[in-house]
Amino acid sequence: MWGLVDQLFQVGFLAALVRIATPLLLATLGEMLSERAGVLNLGIEGIMLIGAMAGFSVAYFSGNLWLGVAAAMAVGMVMAALHALLTVSFGLSQHVSGIGVTMLSSGLAFYIYRLVFGQPGQPPSVTAFQPLPLPGLSALPVIGPALFSQHALTYIAFLLVPLSAFILDHTPWGLSVRMVGENPHAADSAGVSVVARRWQAVVIGGGLMGVAGAFLSLAQFNAFTFGVINGRGWVAIALVVFGQWRPWRCAAGALMFAFIDALQLRLQASGLGQHVPYEAFLILPFLLTIVAMASVSRNAVAPAALLKPFRKEER
Amino acid sequence: MTTVPLLEMRGVSKSFGATKANDGIDLTVWPGDVLGLLGENGAGKTTLMNILFGTYQADAGEIRFNGQPVRIRNSADALASGIGMVHQHFHLAARLSVLDNILIGEKGRRFLIDRRRALHRLAAIRDDFGLWLDPHRPVSGLSIGEQQRLEIIKALYRGARLLILDEPTAVLTPTETDGLFAAMRAMSANGFGIVFISHKLAEVRAVARRCVILRHGRVTGTIDKPAEASNADIARLMCGRDITPPERAPVTVGAPVLELAHVSTPPKGGAGLADLSLTVRGGEIVGIAGVSGNGQRALADVLSGMLRPTSGDIRINGAPLSQPSPRASQALGLGRIPEDRMKTGLVTALTVADNMVLPRLTEAPFSRRGLIDAGRIDAFARERIAAFDIRCPGPTARTGKLSGGNLQKILLARELAHDPAVLIAAQPTRGLDIGATRFVHDRFLEMRAAGRGILLISEDLEELMALSDRIAVMYEGRIAGEMPTAAATVERLGLMMTGASDRSA
Repeated sequence: MWGLVDQLFQVGFLAALVRIATPLLLATLGEMLSERAGVLNLGIEGIMLIGAMAGFSVAYFSGNLWLGVAAAMAVGMVMAALHALLTVSFGLSQHVSGIGVTMLSSGLAFYIYRLVFGQPGQPPSVTAFQPLPLPGLSALPVIGPALFSQHALTYIAFLLVPLSAFILDHTPWGLSVRMVGENPHAADSAGVSVVARRWQAVVIGGGLMGVAGAFLSLAQFNAFTFGVINGRGWVAIALVVFGQWRPWRCAAGALMFAFIDALQLRLQASGLGQHVPYEAFLILPFLLTIVAMASVSRNAVAPAALLKPFRKEER
Repeated sequence: MTTVPLLEMRGVSKSFGATKANDGIDLTVWPGDVLGLLGENGAGKTTLMNILFGTYQADAGEIRFNGQPVRIRNSADALASGIGMVHQHFHLAARLSVLDNILIGEKGRRFLIDRRRALHRLAAIRDDFGLWLDPHRPVSGLSIGEQQRLEIIKALYRGARLLILDEPTAVLTPTETDGLFAAMRAMSANGFGIVFISHKLAEVRAVARRCVILRHGRVTGTIDKPAEASNADIARLMCGRDITPPERAPVTVGAPVLELAHVSTPPKGGAGLADLSLTVRGGEIVGIAGVSGNGQRALADVLSGMLRPTSGDIRINGAPLSQPSPRASQALGLGRIPEDRMKTGLVTALTVADNMVLPRLTEAPFSRRGLIDAGRIDAFARERIAAFDIRCPGPTARTGKLSGGNLQKILLARELAHDPAVLIAAQPTRGLDIGATRFVHDRFLEMRAAGRGILLISEDLEELMALSDRIAVMYEGRIAGEMPTAAATVERLGLMMTGASDRSA
């Protein structure tokens, strides 16, 4: 028994946990920002997919991984801008527009990938991002290799947690984002442009979602496959609720999900895997997401103006 | 003190389609002035103030602030000029802190929010005007009165020299109203100008230095010493006719229509009931006085079947309420006018006709064999709209678009349609103007004359003393004392409302 525990919780496990959490964290922060401004973005799953495709394609042809990341961010922003146009400027249903954006983005991602790469027997691959050990810190015992020998994007993702918390709490821009998500009329009467602020939050959020997708195709894997996102976008939406729309709690949620995911990967590889069908392990993270959501989310209070279009003349 | 008026409005006019909402209005506010702006609903008070705050553009007229002509195109212009407004519907974000609600929209080139500087300025506002709230509390935890205080602090923080208060007391308890008036006097003493919109004469007389009366979009009168003017004079200027106090003819009191014996309940919206006993007879209006939160909500809810008593007996029209539910109370002959007409009274998203039949939708004649009979509902609604003079485009109008007075009329029309033996009315005239208030009171007196009973829960002592046969005072879920109205005075009631026993009165 202890043998199994040892096998599960070694340095490699911690490192895997942090790596698995990275795309979730980026996507969750992006969704959180959008929702704090009052716009639910159900386009997230599709935006991550098209981000993964764009990032991979650009990196494949340019040979520059960072150019791929930039492309993924740009494409994510464009698709999010479409969502902002439909929901913020035109006031359409956020649910309908979001699902539309996911379908359009997914379709475009598959279509463009086929156009560019055809149907090769073996999917083309790139040389993925390599871990970037931080000098000094990575030499620390246990946590050094686990936390400080990660991909550059992982460091960025985790730095975004305190950064986004700081921006929301301590800058006029962050305060106005929170205000347009709670009571756009109050923001409007104080001279804040509700439309501009919502656009900004949705588009920046879309950029983060695109990068989250690119992390999967450029760091976690080294290729683009049609199942690369595998529901992570939907999980991010749940994690925003779990995190009660606050950056630190969202990060805790992403780590919790990643912990279960890393655990099930280890369990599959362990002795147990011979007796239990592997699908049972795959279910685990989602099952626990549901349990965690059901217990925590009862007290969750969404931004008051979430889902509500803003029209100036109406109260 | 300077001789330049803080605000001068000259010949301000505004039309909506064919309706002249404002027609050549002149208005002057001096520094230190508290100007009462009086008028019935629809007289043009709110339109005029919305022009001043930049929500609407005037069709004609001139506005001068501190002697300078100003052009106010939006609320940002108004704020920049030094005009602040506290709307009837607050503009606050519930999840944000008091401080963040104040800081939103603050102009500055800074990248970071300077909360320390803000706290200093808030302390100055506290010292000057006695207005204070813990800056770190979330707005969701504030009472209505505190939210209003926050709106005033917000306006002062943004540099308002003239404050428009749109019917500020409509949502306040008497204690909160006193606090508001103290703050208004402090602002006046500091040379600020205040425009106080109201249709409660007593309040205007208590706090305003001058008042201007509007009717049908025109100024119909200016009173320089409101404290000395009579209610009848002001009411005539507002309504264009004499308003006489309602008359209570002698009525023979009948059998009990509502009996509570030792009823206790869990808390709801304040204290629960604690061993409360009370009887209302036919032909009687029994008033319930008390500071809000002392069990009035529990009393109304337990009678309408929305709250289960933990002990005690309730009889409606002589029959026990054994299985409490709204339907059971209604079936025994109880009608209800709930305190919050927008939330528990009516479904604002539905049409007027739908609301008229909602509690009886599944019964004949509105439904037959499980199907709704739209024709009968429409006919019923038309008859009710005519009988209660409800101003709306028709039975299919959306209820949420109507004014408070018309909403209350819909409730009355619905509840009185089936001739209830007893009516529970909670704050039935809160926020209504004189005309609508009078309409509601007349219906109550008609019910009384017809031998029905009414339990009138109100925080308006004048209303209670004008209508009730007996007044009971609630304190912490009990009846602290009960007296015939003839023996009631504001002082005696007020003392009992604070929990003092009647003997010390």
